[in-house]
Amino acid sequence: MLLFTVLSVSLVFIIGIGLYYKSIPVLQNSTWWHLLTSSVWKPLKGLFGFYPYIMGTLWVTGIAIIIALPLCVLTSLYIVEYAHSRVRRILMPFVNLLSGIPPVIFGVWGVLFIIPLIQDHIAPHFVEFSTGYSVLAGGIVLAVMIFPLIVSIINEVLRTMPQELKDASLALGATKWETVKKVILRKALPGIIAATVLAISRAFGETIAVLMVCGNNAVVPHSVFDAGYPLPALIANNYGDMMSIPLYDSALMFAALLLFIIILLFNIISRIILTRLERRISA
Amino acid sequence: MTKDKAHISVQDLNVHIGGNHILKDINIDIPNKSVTSIIGPSGCGKTTLLKTFNRLHDTAADVKVTGKVLVDGEDIYDPNTEITHIRKKMGLLSQRPYPLPMSIYDNVAYGPRIHGIRKKQDLDIIVEKQLKATALWNEVKDRLNSSATRLSIGQQQRLCLARGLAVGPEIILGDESTSALDPVSTSIIEDLFVKLKQDYSIVLVTHILRQAARVSDYIIFVYNGRIVEYGKTEQVLRDPHEELTKEYVKGYIV
Repeated sequence: MLLFTVLSVSLVFIIGIGLYYKSIPVLQNSTWWHLLTSSVWKPLKGLFGFYPYIMGTLWVTGIAIIIALPLCVLTSLYIVEYAHSRVRRILMPFVNLLSGIPPVIFGVWGVLFIIPLIQDHIAPHFVEFSTGYSVLAGGIVLAVMIFPLIVSIINEVLRTMPQELKDASLALGATKWETVKKVILRKALPGIIAATVLAISRAFGETIAVLMVCGNNAVVPHSVFDAGYPLPALIANNYGDMMSIPLYDSALMFAALLLFIIILLFNIISRIILTRLERRISA
Repeated sequence: MTKDKAHISVQDLNVHIGGNHILKDINIDIPNKSVTSIIGPSGCGKTTLLKTFNRLHDTAADVKVTGKVLVDGEDIYDPNTEITHIRKKMGLLSQRPYPLPMSIYDNVAYGPRIHGIRKKQDLDIIVEKQLKATALWNEVKDRLNSSATRLSIGQQQRLCLARGLAVGPEIILGDESTSALDPVSTSIIEDLFVKLKQDYSIVLVTHILRQAARVSDYIIFVYNGRIVEYGKTEQVLRDPHEELTKEYVKGYIV
Protein backbone atom coordinates (compact mmCIF):
# COMPACT_ATOMS: atom_id res chain seq x y z
CA MET A 1 0.00 0.00 0.00
CA LEU A 2 2.84 2.32 0.84
CA LEU A 3 4.30 1.58 -2.56
CA PHE A 4 1.13 2.59 -4.36
CA THR A 5 0.81 5.70 -2.25
CA VAL A 6 4.37 6.70 -3.02
CA LEU A 7 3.78 5.91 -6.69
CA SER A 8 0.69 8.06 -6.95
CA VAL A 9 2.31 10.92 -5.07
CA SER A 10 5.45 10.80 -7.14
CA LEU A 11 3.28 10.78 -10.25
CA VAL A 12 2.57 14.45 -9.58
CA PHE A 13 6.27 15.20 -9.67
CA ILE A 14 6.88 12.98 -12.67
CA ILE A 15 4.18 14.77 -14.63
CA GLY A 16 5.55 18.15 -13.60
CA ILE A 17 9.09 17.21 -14.55
CA GLY A 18 7.93 15.61 -17.79
CA LEU A 19 6.01 18.69 -18.82
CA TYR A 20 8.97 20.88 -18.01
CA TYR A 21 11.31 18.66 -19.99
CA LYS A 22 9.05 18.83 -23.00
CA SER A 23 8.77 22.61 -22.71
CA ILE A 24 12.53 23.18 -22.78
CA PRO A 25 12.70 23.87 -26.57
CA VAL A 26 10.19 26.70 -26.40
CA LEU A 27 11.82 28.03 -23.24
CA GLN A 28 15.19 28.12 -25.00
CA ASN A 29 13.64 30.05 -27.81
CA SER A 30 12.12 32.66 -25.54
CA THR A 31 12.08 33.79 -21.92
CA TRP A 32 9.47 32.87 -19.27
CA TRP A 33 8.58 36.51 -18.94
CA HIS A 34 8.05 36.92 -22.65
CA LEU A 35 5.99 33.76 -22.95
CA LEU A 36 3.72 34.81 -20.08
CA THR A 37 3.18 38.45 -21.04
CA SER A 38 3.19 38.47 -24.82
CA SER A 39 -0.08 38.42 -26.70
CA VAL A 40 1.43 37.53 -30.05
CA TRP A 41 0.62 33.99 -31.14
CA LYS A 42 2.34 33.22 -34.44
CA PRO A 43 3.48 29.61 -34.39
CA LEU A 44 4.87 29.82 -37.92
CA LYS A 45 7.30 32.49 -36.82
CA GLY A 46 7.96 30.71 -33.56
CA LEU A 47 6.17 33.39 -31.53
CA PHE A 48 4.15 32.05 -28.64
CA GLY A 49 2.46 34.54 -26.33
CA PHE A 50 0.37 32.87 -23.64
CA TYR A 51 -1.09 35.96 -22.04
CA PRO A 52 -4.51 35.74 -23.79
CA TYR A 53 -4.86 32.08 -22.84
CA ILE A 54 -4.00 32.68 -19.23
CA MET A 55 -6.48 35.54 -19.09
CA GLY A 56 -9.09 33.42 -20.87
CA THR A 57 -8.69 30.73 -18.22
CA LEU A 58 -8.93 33.21 -15.36
CA TRP A 59 -11.97 34.97 -16.81
CA VAL A 60 -13.97 31.82 -17.39
CA THR A 61 -13.10 30.38 -14.00
CA GLY A 62 -13.75 33.67 -12.24
CA ILE A 63 -17.16 34.09 -13.83
CA ALA A 64 -18.06 30.49 -13.00
CA ILE A 65 -17.22 30.95 -9.31
CA ILE A 66 -18.99 34.30 -9.06
CA ILE A 67 -22.14 32.72 -10.47
CA ALA A 68 -21.92 29.38 -8.70
CA LEU A 69 -20.85 30.28 -5.17
CA PRO A 70 -23.86 32.32 -3.98
CA LEU A 71 -26.22 29.82 -5.60
CA CYS A 72 -24.45 26.91 -3.96
CA VAL A 73 -24.38 28.45 -0.50
CA LEU A 74 -28.08 29.31 -0.65
CA THR A 75 -28.97 25.89 -2.08
CA SER A 76 -27.05 24.10 0.64
CA LEU A 77 -28.56 26.23 3.36
CA TYR A 78 -32.00 25.50 2.02
CA ILE A 79 -31.41 21.78 1.70
CA VAL A 80 -29.82 21.33 5.12
CA GLU A 81 -31.48 23.98 7.28
CA TYR A 82 -34.88 24.69 5.82
CA ALA A 83 -36.13 21.90 3.58
CA HIS A 84 -38.40 19.22 4.96
CA SER A 85 -36.62 15.87 5.14
CA ARG A 86 -38.87 14.54 2.37
CA VAL A 87 -37.95 17.42 0.05
CA ARG A 88 -34.29 16.89 0.93
CA ARG A 89 -34.47 13.24 -0.03
CA ILE A 90 -35.88 14.18 -3.42
CA LEU A 91 -33.49 17.06 -4.07
CA MET A 92 -30.17 15.46 -3.26
CA PRO A 93 -30.25 12.76 -5.96
CA PHE A 94 -30.88 15.46 -8.56
CA VAL A 95 -27.90 17.46 -7.41
CA ASN A 96 -25.77 14.33 -7.51
CA LEU A 97 -27.13 13.40 -10.92
CA LEU A 98 -25.87 16.72 -12.21
CA SER A 99 -22.32 15.69 -11.35
CA GLY A 100 -22.70 12.47 -13.34
CA ILE A 101 -23.56 14.14 -16.63
CA PRO A 102 -20.62 14.01 -19.08
CA PRO A 103 -19.03 17.41 -19.83
CA VAL A 104 -19.74 17.15 -23.54
CA ILE A 105 -23.46 17.20 -22.81
CA PHE A 106 -23.04 20.39 -20.84
CA GLY A 107 -21.19 21.71 -23.89
CA VAL A 108 -24.07 20.87 -26.19
CA TRP A 109 -26.53 22.38 -23.74
CA GLY A 110 -24.39 25.50 -23.69
CA VAL A 111 -24.35 25.78 -27.47
CA LEU A 112 -28.06 25.10 -27.90
CA PHE A 113 -29.37 27.05 -24.95
CA ILE A 114 -26.90 29.44 -23.33
CA ILE A 115 -25.35 30.82 -26.53
CA PRO A 116 -28.68 31.93 -28.07
CA LEU A 117 -29.78 33.24 -24.68
CA ILE A 118 -26.72 35.46 -24.43
CA GLN A 119 -26.77 36.43 -28.09
CA ASP A 120 -30.45 37.40 -28.24
CA HIS A 121 -31.46 38.36 -24.75
CA ILE A 122 -28.57 39.24 -22.47
CA ALA A 123 -25.85 40.76 -24.64
CA PRO A 124 -28.06 43.26 -26.55
CA HIS A 125 -28.68 45.11 -23.29
CA PHE A 126 -24.99 45.76 -22.82
CA VAL A 127 -23.05 45.59 -26.08
CA GLU A 128 -23.77 46.23 -29.73
CA PHE A 129 -23.04 42.77 -30.95
CA SER A 130 -22.07 39.44 -29.51
CA THR A 131 -22.14 36.05 -31.12
CA GLY A 132 -22.95 34.54 -27.78
CA TYR A 133 -19.73 32.55 -27.85
CA SER A 134 -18.08 34.27 -24.93
CA VAL A 135 -16.34 33.86 -21.61
CA LEU A 136 -19.74 34.47 -20.03
CA ALA A 137 -21.13 31.39 -21.78
CA GLY A 138 -18.10 29.41 -20.66
CA GLY A 139 -18.55 30.71 -17.13
CA ILE A 140 -22.23 29.80 -16.99
CA VAL A 141 -21.69 26.29 -18.30
CA LEU A 142 -18.79 25.81 -15.93
CA ALA A 143 -20.84 27.17 -13.02
CA VAL A 144 -23.47 24.52 -13.62
CA MET A 145 -20.79 21.85 -13.79
CA ILE A 146 -19.12 22.75 -10.51
CA PHE A 147 -22.43 23.34 -8.75
CA PRO A 148 -22.94 19.76 -7.50
CA LEU A 149 -19.36 19.54 -6.24
CA ILE A 150 -19.64 22.70 -4.15
CA VAL A 151 -23.14 21.89 -2.94
CA SER A 152 -22.23 18.42 -1.76
CA ILE A 153 -19.19 19.65 0.19
CA ILE A 154 -21.04 22.56 1.81
CA ASN A 155 -23.92 20.20 2.61
CA GLU A 156 -21.52 17.95 4.45
CA VAL A 157 -20.07 20.90 6.36
CA LEU A 158 -23.52 22.13 7.36
CA ARG A 159 -24.78 18.70 8.34
CA THR A 160 -21.93 18.15 10.75
CA MET A 161 -22.58 21.45 12.50
CA PRO A 162 -23.54 20.65 16.10
CA GLN A 163 -27.22 21.21 16.87
CA GLU A 164 -26.18 22.61 20.26
CA LEU A 165 -24.37 25.47 18.56
CA LYS A 166 -27.52 26.43 16.73
CA ASP A 167 -29.52 25.96 19.92
CA ALA A 168 -27.12 28.26 21.74
CA SER A 169 -27.92 31.03 19.30
CA LEU A 170 -31.64 30.29 19.20
CA ALA A 171 -31.83 30.15 22.99
CA LEU A 172 -30.60 33.74 23.10
CA GLY A 173 -33.66 34.77 21.17
CA ALA A 174 -32.05 34.86 17.75
CA THR A 175 -34.28 34.00 14.81
CA LYS A 176 -33.42 31.13 12.52
CA TRP A 177 -32.16 33.51 9.85
CA GLU A 178 -29.98 35.42 12.32
CA THR A 179 -28.55 32.13 13.47
CA VAL A 180 -27.84 31.05 9.90
CA LYS A 181 -26.25 34.36 9.01
CA LYS A 182 -24.15 35.02 12.07
CA VAL A 183 -23.31 31.60 13.43
CA ILE A 184 -23.76 28.85 10.86
CA LEU A 185 -22.21 30.62 7.89
CA ARG A 186 -19.37 31.87 10.02
CA LYS A 187 -18.60 28.45 11.38
CA ALA A 188 -18.91 26.97 7.90
CA LEU A 189 -16.62 29.51 6.27
CA PRO A 190 -13.49 27.32 6.17
CA GLY A 191 -15.56 24.53 4.62
CA ILE A 192 -17.08 26.87 2.06
CA ILE A 193 -13.63 28.10 1.11
CA ALA A 194 -12.34 24.54 0.82
CA ALA A 195 -15.26 23.69 -1.47
CA THR A 196 -14.55 26.75 -3.59
CA VAL A 197 -10.88 25.87 -3.87
CA LEU A 198 -11.69 22.40 -5.05
CA ALA A 199 -14.21 23.75 -7.52
CA ILE A 200 -11.76 26.30 -8.89
CA SER A 201 -9.10 23.65 -9.35
CA ARG A 202 -11.56 21.61 -11.28
CA ALA A 203 -12.79 24.61 -13.25
CA PHE A 204 -9.26 25.52 -14.35
CA GLY A 205 -8.86 22.22 -16.07
CA GLU A 206 -12.34 21.74 -17.48
CA THR A 207 -11.88 21.48 -21.21
CA ILE A 208 -14.47 20.17 -23.55
CA ALA A 209 -17.63 21.97 -22.41
CA VAL A 210 -15.82 25.28 -22.13
CA LEU A 211 -14.12 24.83 -25.47
CA MET A 212 -17.48 24.39 -27.14
CA VAL A 213 -18.96 27.68 -25.94
CA CYS A 214 -16.32 30.28 -25.28
CA GLY A 215 -15.37 31.19 -28.82
CA ASN A 216 -11.71 30.13 -28.78
CA ASN A 217 -10.41 33.42 -29.96
CA ALA A 218 -6.89 34.15 -28.82
CA VAL A 219 -7.44 37.67 -27.55
CA VAL A 220 -7.52 38.99 -24.03
CA PRO A 221 -11.21 39.35 -23.08
CA HIS A 222 -12.22 42.84 -21.97
CA SER A 223 -15.83 42.13 -21.13
CA VAL A 224 -17.85 39.05 -20.29
CA PHE A 225 -19.29 39.11 -23.81
CA ASP A 226 -15.88 38.78 -25.47
CA ALA A 227 -14.67 35.43 -26.65
CA GLY A 228 -11.82 33.83 -24.78
CA TYR A 229 -9.46 30.93 -25.25
CA PRO A 230 -8.60 29.07 -22.06
CA LEU A 231 -5.42 26.99 -21.81
CA PRO A 232 -7.07 23.54 -21.75
CA ALA A 233 -9.00 24.39 -24.91
CA LEU A 234 -5.78 25.48 -26.60
CA ILE A 235 -4.16 22.16 -25.84
CA ALA A 236 -7.16 20.07 -26.80
CA ASN A 237 -7.78 21.91 -30.05
CA ASN A 238 -4.24 21.80 -31.32
CA TYR A 239 -2.41 18.90 -29.86
CA GLY A 240 -1.79 16.34 -32.55
CA ASP A 241 -2.33 18.82 -35.38
CA MET A 242 0.26 21.00 -36.93
CA MET A 243 3.16 19.06 -35.62
CA SER A 244 5.04 20.17 -38.70
CA ILE A 245 5.54 23.57 -37.19
CA PRO A 246 8.69 23.59 -35.12
CA LEU A 247 8.28 24.30 -31.45
CA TYR A 248 4.50 24.00 -31.58
CA ASP A 249 4.50 20.73 -29.71
CA SER A 250 6.80 22.20 -27.12
CA ALA A 251 4.64 25.31 -26.78
CA LEU A 252 1.55 23.22 -26.08
CA MET A 253 3.49 21.29 -23.47
CA PHE A 254 4.38 24.63 -21.96
CA ALA A 255 0.66 25.47 -21.88
CA ALA A 256 0.07 22.27 -19.96
CA LEU A 257 2.94 23.12 -17.63
CA LEU A 258 1.39 26.54 -17.01
CA LEU A 259 -1.94 24.98 -16.15
CA PHE A 260 -0.17 22.58 -13.85
CA ILE A 261 1.67 25.40 -12.09
CA ILE A 262 -1.42 27.58 -11.78
CA ILE A 263 -3.36 24.77 -10.13
CA LEU A 264 -0.44 23.85 -7.88
CA LEU A 265 0.16 27.43 -6.76
CA PHE A 266 -3.53 27.95 -6.25
CA ASN A 267 -3.81 24.89 -4.07
CA ILE A 268 -0.84 25.87 -1.96
CA ILE A 269 -2.07 29.43 -1.43
CA SER A 270 -5.56 28.33 -0.54
CA ARG A 271 -4.22 25.71 1.85
CA ILE A 272 -2.32 28.45 3.67
CA ILE A 273 -5.38 30.69 3.82
CA LEU A 274 -7.48 27.81 5.04
CA THR A 275 -5.21 26.84 7.91
CA ARG A 276 -4.95 30.47 9.01
CA LEU A 277 -8.69 30.78 8.94
CA GLU A 278 -9.32 27.58 10.82
CA ARG A 279 -6.90 28.60 13.50
CA ARG A 280 -8.71 31.88 13.81
CA ILE A 281 -12.31 30.78 14.14
CA SER A 282 -12.89 27.12 14.81
CA ALA A 283 -11.82 24.96 17.68
CA MET B 1 -47.12 23.14 46.08
CA THR B 2 -44.80 25.85 47.29
CA LYS B 3 -45.56 29.16 48.81
CA ASP B 4 -43.25 31.06 46.43
CA LYS B 5 -44.82 32.61 43.38
CA ALA B 6 -44.72 30.19 40.44
CA HIS B 7 -42.54 31.37 37.60
CA ILE B 8 -43.06 28.50 35.23
CA SER B 9 -46.30 26.64 35.43
CA VAL B 10 -46.67 23.40 33.49
CA GLN B 11 -50.17 22.06 32.90
CA ASP B 12 -51.07 18.65 31.43
CA LEU B 13 -47.90 18.55 29.37
CA ASN B 14 -47.40 15.58 27.06
CA VAL B 15 -44.51 15.24 24.66
CA HIS B 16 -44.17 12.69 21.88
CA ILE B 17 -40.92 12.35 19.97
CA GLY B 18 -40.98 10.22 16.83
CA GLY B 19 -44.03 8.31 18.09
CA ASN B 20 -42.61 7.68 21.58
CA HIS B 21 -44.44 9.10 24.55
CA ILE B 22 -41.57 10.82 26.36
CA LEU B 23 -43.33 13.04 28.89
CA LYS B 24 -46.63 12.01 30.42
CA ASP B 25 -49.15 14.32 32.09
CA ILE B 26 -46.68 16.72 33.62
CA ASN B 27 -48.17 19.21 36.06
CA ILE B 28 -45.79 21.36 38.00
CA ASP B 29 -45.15 24.87 39.30
CA ILE B 30 -41.58 26.05 39.37
CA PRO B 31 -40.99 28.78 41.94
CA ASN B 32 -39.46 32.18 41.48
CA LYS B 33 -35.93 33.10 42.55
CA SER B 34 -34.77 29.70 43.66
CA VAL B 35 -32.91 26.72 42.26
CA THR B 36 -34.98 23.74 41.17
CA SER B 37 -33.21 20.55 40.13
CA ILE B 38 -34.71 17.94 37.86
CA ILE B 39 -33.22 14.56 38.71
CA GLY B 40 -33.77 11.08 37.38
CA PRO B 41 -32.05 8.25 35.58
CA SER B 42 -30.76 8.61 32.01
CA GLY B 43 -33.45 8.70 29.37
CA CYS B 44 -36.25 9.49 31.81
CA GLY B 45 -37.14 12.74 30.05
CA LYS B 46 -35.34 15.31 32.22
CA THR B 47 -33.70 17.12 29.33
CA THR B 48 -36.85 16.92 27.24
CA LEU B 49 -38.75 18.58 30.05
CA LEU B 50 -36.15 21.34 30.29
CA LYS B 51 -36.23 21.96 26.56
CA THR B 52 -40.01 22.36 26.53
CA PHE B 53 -39.50 25.46 28.68
CA ASN B 54 -37.86 27.43 25.88
CA ARG B 55 -39.32 25.50 22.97
CA LEU B 56 -36.03 24.23 21.68
CA HIS B 57 -37.92 21.20 20.42
CA ASP B 58 -39.23 23.39 17.65
CA THR B 59 -36.08 22.69 15.67
CA ALA B 60 -36.72 18.94 15.63
CA ALA B 61 -39.14 17.71 13.01
CA ASP B 62 -41.07 14.92 14.72
CA VAL B 63 -41.86 16.36 18.13
CA LYS B 64 -45.46 16.81 19.27
CA VAL B 65 -46.20 18.85 22.36
CA THR B 66 -49.63 19.15 23.97
CA GLY B 67 -50.65 20.96 27.14
CA LYS B 68 -49.62 24.31 28.48
CA VAL B 69 -46.40 25.85 29.72
CA LEU B 70 -47.04 29.21 31.32
CA VAL B 71 -44.16 31.57 31.90
CA ASP B 72 -45.22 34.62 33.89
CA GLY B 73 -48.74 33.54 33.09
CA GLU B 74 -48.17 33.54 29.33
CA ASP B 75 -48.65 30.27 27.45
CA ILE B 76 -45.48 29.79 25.44
CA TYR B 77 -47.10 27.20 23.19
CA ASP B 78 -49.85 29.60 22.18
CA PRO B 79 -49.51 30.11 18.41
CA ASN B 80 -49.57 33.87 18.95
CA THR B 81 -46.61 33.83 21.27
CA GLU B 82 -43.44 35.12 19.71
CA ILE B 83 -40.78 32.52 20.22
CA THR B 84 -37.76 34.85 20.28
CA HIS B 85 -39.45 36.78 23.07
CA ILE B 86 -39.85 33.58 25.12
CA ARG B 87 -36.31 32.47 24.56
CA LYS B 88 -34.92 35.85 25.46
CA LYS B 89 -36.44 35.36 28.88
CA MET B 90 -34.40 32.23 29.44
CA GLY B 91 -30.69 31.63 29.40
CA LEU B 92 -29.68 28.11 28.43
CA LEU B 93 -26.52 26.45 29.63
CA SER B 94 -26.02 23.21 27.77
CA GLN B 95 -24.05 20.07 28.67
CA ARG B 96 -20.91 21.14 26.93
CA PRO B 97 -19.99 24.72 26.25
CA TYR B 98 -20.65 25.78 22.69
CA PRO B 99 -19.02 29.15 22.23
CA LEU B 100 -20.09 30.89 19.06
CA PRO B 101 -17.37 31.08 16.39
CA MET B 102 -16.28 34.59 17.30
CA SER B 103 -14.32 36.51 19.93
CA ILE B 104 -14.96 36.46 23.67
CA TYR B 105 -16.40 39.95 23.49
CA ASP B 106 -18.65 39.15 20.52
CA ASN B 107 -19.95 36.03 22.23
CA VAL B 108 -21.33 38.07 25.11
CA ALA B 109 -22.43 40.92 22.84
CA TYR B 110 -24.15 38.54 20.40
CA GLY B 111 -27.50 38.43 22.22
CA PRO B 112 -27.74 42.15 23.02
CA ARG B 113 -26.82 42.99 19.41
CA ILE B 114 -29.56 40.75 18.10
CA HIS B 115 -32.02 42.50 20.35
CA GLY B 116 -31.07 45.86 18.96
CA ILE B 117 -28.29 47.24 21.13
CA ARG B 118 -25.76 48.75 18.75
CA LYS B 119 -23.84 51.36 20.72
CA LYS B 120 -20.32 50.32 21.60
CA GLN B 121 -20.47 51.93 25.05
CA ASP B 122 -23.66 50.10 25.99
CA LEU B 123 -22.24 46.80 24.79
CA ASP B 124 -19.00 47.41 26.68
CA ILE B 125 -20.95 47.88 29.88
CA ILE B 126 -22.99 44.70 29.35
CA VAL B 127 -19.97 42.60 28.46
CA GLU B 128 -17.99 43.75 31.49
CA LYS B 129 -20.94 43.33 33.83
CA GLN B 130 -21.74 39.79 32.74
CA LEU B 131 -18.14 38.64 32.61
CA LYS B 132 -17.79 39.91 36.16
CA ALA B 133 -21.01 38.18 37.18
CA THR B 134 -19.57 34.89 35.96
CA ALA B 135 -16.18 35.50 37.58
CA LEU B 136 -14.47 35.53 34.19
CA TRP B 137 -13.57 39.18 33.84
CA ASN B 138 -10.17 39.08 35.50
CA GLU B 139 -9.14 36.07 33.46
CA VAL B 140 -10.09 37.46 30.05
CA LYS B 141 -10.16 41.26 30.26
CA ASP B 142 -6.87 41.56 28.40
CA ARG B 143 -7.88 39.33 25.52
CA LEU B 144 -11.51 40.11 24.84
CA ASN B 145 -10.86 40.03 21.12
CA SER B 146 -9.26 36.62 20.96
CA SER B 147 -11.26 33.60 19.91
CA ALA B 148 -13.59 32.12 22.49
CA THR B 149 -12.48 28.61 21.62
CA ARG B 150 -9.04 29.28 23.08
CA LEU B 151 -10.45 29.40 26.60
CA SER B 152 -10.38 26.33 28.81
CA ILE B 153 -13.56 24.33 28.84
CA GLY B 154 -14.50 25.59 32.29
CA GLN B 155 -13.96 29.17 31.17
CA GLN B 156 -15.97 28.48 28.03
CA GLN B 157 -18.89 27.29 30.12
CA ARG B 158 -18.77 30.46 32.22
CA LEU B 159 -18.58 32.47 29.01
CA CYS B 160 -21.71 30.68 27.77
CA LEU B 161 -23.41 31.60 31.04
CA ALA B 162 -22.34 35.23 30.62
CA ARG B 163 -23.61 35.12 27.06
CA GLY B 164 -26.98 33.88 28.30
CA LEU B 165 -27.19 36.48 31.06
CA ALA B 166 -26.38 39.28 28.64
CA VAL B 167 -29.84 39.24 27.07
CA GLY B 168 -31.37 39.90 30.48
CA PRO B 169 -33.25 36.66 31.09
CA GLU B 170 -35.40 35.92 34.12
CA ILE B 171 -34.82 32.21 34.11
CA ILE B 172 -31.66 30.14 33.71
CA LEU B 173 -31.97 26.63 32.35
CA GLY B 174 -29.02 24.34 32.94
CA ASP B 175 -28.82 21.00 31.16
CA GLU B 176 -26.23 18.97 33.07
CA SER B 177 -24.12 22.07 32.73
CA THR B 178 -21.17 20.76 34.71
CA SER B 179 -20.95 17.26 33.29
CA ALA B 180 -18.03 18.11 30.99
CA LEU B 181 -16.15 20.14 33.59
CA ASP B 182 -13.39 19.40 36.08
CA PRO B 183 -14.19 19.60 39.81
CA VAL B 184 -12.83 23.12 40.22
CA SER B 185 -14.81 24.52 37.30
CA THR B 186 -17.84 22.59 38.52
CA SER B 187 -17.72 24.19 41.92
CA ILE B 188 -17.27 27.65 40.39
CA ILE B 189 -20.40 27.11 38.30
CA GLU B 190 -22.32 25.72 41.29
CA ASP B 191 -21.36 28.73 43.39
CA LEU B 192 -22.53 30.97 40.58
CA PHE B 193 -25.92 29.26 40.52
CA VAL B 194 -26.33 29.80 44.24
CA LYS B 195 -25.37 33.45 43.88
CA LEU B 196 -27.52 34.03 40.79
CA LYS B 197 -30.71 32.73 42.34
CA GLN B 198 -31.15 36.08 44.05
CA ASP B 199 -31.99 37.55 40.68
CA TYR B 200 -33.03 34.58 38.56
CA SER B 201 -35.17 31.48 38.72
CA ILE B 202 -32.90 28.57 37.96
CA VAL B 203 -33.89 25.15 36.68
CA LEU B 204 -31.16 22.53 36.45
CA VAL B 205 -31.11 19.07 35.01
CA THR B 206 -28.58 16.95 36.79
CA HIS B 207 -27.82 13.31 37.38
CA ILE B 208 -25.49 14.08 40.25
CA LEU B 209 -27.52 13.84 43.44
CA ARG B 210 -24.86 15.55 45.49
CA GLN B 211 -24.95 18.49 43.13
CA ALA B 212 -28.70 18.70 43.49
CA ALA B 213 -28.23 18.62 47.25
CA ARG B 214 -25.58 21.32 47.15
CA VAL B 215 -27.30 23.90 45.00
CA SER B 216 -31.02 23.36 44.83
CA ASP B 217 -33.95 24.47 46.94
CA TYR B 218 -36.40 22.13 45.27
CA ILE B 219 -36.09 18.80 43.56
CA ILE B 220 -38.24 17.22 40.90
CA PHE B 221 -37.75 13.48 40.50
CA VAL B 222 -38.70 12.25 37.05
CA TYR B 223 -38.95 8.59 36.20
CA ASN B 224 -40.08 7.11 32.94
CA GLY B 225 -41.58 10.35 31.70
CA ARG B 226 -43.62 11.04 34.83
CA ILE B 227 -43.03 13.25 37.82
CA VAL B 228 -42.74 10.92 40.77
CA GLU B 229 -41.97 13.39 43.48
CA TYR B 230 -41.55 17.10 43.89
CA GLY B 231 -40.60 18.96 47.05
CA LYS B 232 -37.99 20.75 49.07
CA THR B 233 -34.49 19.37 48.52
CA GLU B 234 -34.10 18.33 52.13
CA GLN B 235 -37.35 16.39 52.12
CA VAL B 236 -36.91 14.63 48.77
CA LEU B 237 -33.39 13.46 49.53
CA ARG B 238 -33.75 12.67 53.24
CA ASP B 239 -37.32 11.61 53.56
CA PRO B 240 -38.85 10.73 50.20
CA HIS B 241 -42.55 9.94 50.21
CA GLU B 242 -42.46 7.66 47.19
CA GLU B 243 -40.92 4.22 47.05
CA LEU B 244 -39.30 4.91 43.63
CA THR B 245 -37.63 8.06 44.90
CA LYS B 246 -36.29 6.15 47.87
CA GLU B 247 -34.72 3.56 45.61
CA TYR B 248 -33.26 6.18 43.28
CA VAL B 249 -31.80 8.22 46.11
CA LYS B 250 -30.23 5.10 47.57
CA GLY B 251 -28.75 4.32 44.19
CA TYR B 252 -30.82 1.29 43.27
CA ILE B 253 -32.15 2.79 40.04
CA VAL B 254 -29.52 4.11 37.72
